[in-house]
Amino acid sequence: MDTINVKDKDAGATLAAGDELRMETVGLSVRYGTGNYGIRDVSMAVADKRVTALIGPSGCGKSTFLRSLNRMHDLAPDITVTGQAFLDGEDLYAPDMDAVLVRRRVGMVFQKPTPFPTKSIYENVCAGLRLVGVNKKATLDEAVERSLRGAALWDEVKDRLKTPGGSLSGGQQQRLCIARALAVEPEVLLMDEPTSSLDPNATIRIEQLIHELKEQVTIVIVTHNMHQAARVSDYTAFFYVGELVELSATKEMFLKPREKKTEEYLTGFFS
Amino acid sequence: MGPAQKSAAAALPRAFRGPGDRVFKYAIVGLSSAVVALALVMAVVIYIEARPTFKAFGYLSFLTETTWDPVKSIHGALPFIIGTFVTSFAALALAAIPAIAVAIFTSEYAPKWLAAVINYTVDLLAAIPSVVVGLWAIFNFAPLMRDAVYMPIYLWAEASAPWLATMLGAPSTFNMTTGTIVLALMIVPYTVALSRDAIGQVPRDQREAMWALGATKWEVIRQAVIPYARTGIAAGVLLSLARALGETMALAMLIGNSNRLPFTLFGPAATMPSLIINEFREAVEPLHYSSIMAVGFYLFIITIGINLVTSFVQRKLYMGRGMV
Ligand SMILES: Nc1ncnc2c1ncn2[C@@H]1O[C@H](COP(=O)(O)OP(=O)(O)O)[C@@H](O)[C@H]1O
Ligand SMILES: [Mg+2]
Repeated sequence: MDTINVKDKDAGATLAAGDELRMETVGLSVRYGTGNYGIRDVSMAVADKRVTALIGPSGCGKSTFLRSLNRMHDLAPDITVTGQAFLDGEDLYAPDMDAVLVRRRVGMVFQKPTPFPTKSIYENVCAGLRLVGVNKKATLDEAVERSLRGAALWDEVKDRLKTPGGSLSGGQQQRLCIARALAVEPEVLLMDEPTSSLDPNATIRIEQLIHELKEQVTIVIVTHNMHQAARVSDYTAFFYVGELVELSATKEMFLKPREKKTEEYLTGFFS
Repeated sequence: MGPAQKSAAAALPRAFRGPGDRVFKYAIVGLSSAVVALALVMAVVIYIEARPTFKAFGYLSFLTETTWDPVKSIHGALPFIIGTFVTSFAALALAAIPAIAVAIFTSEYAPKWLAAVINYTVDLLAAIPSVVVGLWAIFNFAPLMRDAVYMPIYLWAEASAPWLATMLGAPSTFNMTTGTIVLALMIVPYTVALSRDAIGQVPRDQREAMWALGATKWEVIRQAVIPYARTGIAAGVLLSLARALGETMALAMLIGNSNRLPFTLFGPAATMPSLIINEFREAVEPLHYSSIMAVGFYLFIITIGINLVTSFVQRKLYMGRGMV
């Protein structure tokens, strides 16, 4: 398998043979209102129906990068994003691109489970569909079951769909959030340390789930745990102080990292 | 004293424990008990002073009797209870929606500087003594409303809808509607501030979760912010109601003080606080005096009741969310 040279700004050119490019960023930088850069000049590729893990020490810009892929930074008026991010060749930051539509296509699961506490399990899953005007009961019923099955939660909650989402355990809440994101059938699913607030069993559940999900959806996952990256991902990107140091097939990166910095990180030289 | 404080005290070096700690504890416990005791004593004294009235008219009959006539020694509280509830709920109905809208606008839409200006102005409004608001209304607002609004409506109703004219009543300068509008003005700052706090408590991740589903700004507010803040807003509205029920000065100055039912919209009326403030000086007859006390006693009960309901709603809010 070939690795790519991140400096040449054509990160997608050298994905593994047979893998197709789904998302790509070119020279993407995010500057916070405080003047510091969260990421700087990141050119990165995301392969279709594969899991891409983002690793690196805390504060290196993983979340910042992830949130630039569905334009979450738009919500803070003092954050500036420069460069380009493509989804199927369309620039998400083009002036005529509607950020709301971007977020419908690129879903997100957060570090802390964020069920809507006043909504039932059923309504939590429906939330995104209702936004686009889907209100027919049969359609919603079908989507709720499909999404909860997809998130491996159906069997545990099928008898109490009317109870509040907040009544579930942490791991179940996170799977509910995954189901909620899946319900709108996103093309790409972004996950920001989705297991960091969960116990080991719940973590294993989510990791299995990620394995199953990549059949249908492209996944980008931030993890502070490199073992998790090794377990779940096909590609791994190593970030360091706001820059992308290396993007490689996961196996390759863990066996034979190309950059010295990556090797130091992986061998626990710093963290 | 909670376990947290105990363990904090246990962690202190020996020299800092002992007498100082104990003195502090007694001082705190003493002062807090004094406050509670004061409230209790007040309630008991008011009750004792009101007892002749309860003896003469009965606890319930006093509430349902429609005549208040000190000369004939007949005392019923119904006109004032109706006056209090009608003005308070009507004022709340007038104030709530605009106040919540202002709270949503300042916390979600307005640029920071504009939000700051609006919030500052609203807080300032709350700081104006109600007697000053009353003064302004007596000399400006009330006559203006009578001449420019009530009169034309009444004349029109008299000519083309006599049944409506009887309900409206002949416009007097000081009347129920003017009192209600001014009362609404006075509670708006409270409802705004309390709704703003409730909205401010909505965690960022709730909004982001809704954004991430592809919601527009308005959808985030409708689907994530308002549902989450709903209980807090309701508690704020209830607290505003408690305030409206107890508001004395502005209403006493503006409502016209008629003790006779039925009230009309454009005619004078009275509330429980306005009755008390207007008659306590003239209460020479023992039964008159004790009846005023009885009105005060029931007002006390009503506002305490509303506050209890509010704190129950707030407790439910925090426990239901698993928040501390
Ligand atoms: N809202 C913010 N305002 C200012 N700086 C921020 C903000 N969020 C993150 N940063 C900074 O951007 C850098 C990258 O942060 P982040 O993307 O959260 O890192 P990671 O997810 O890898 O831990 C850090 O130096 C952090 O301090
Ligand atoms: Mg992060």
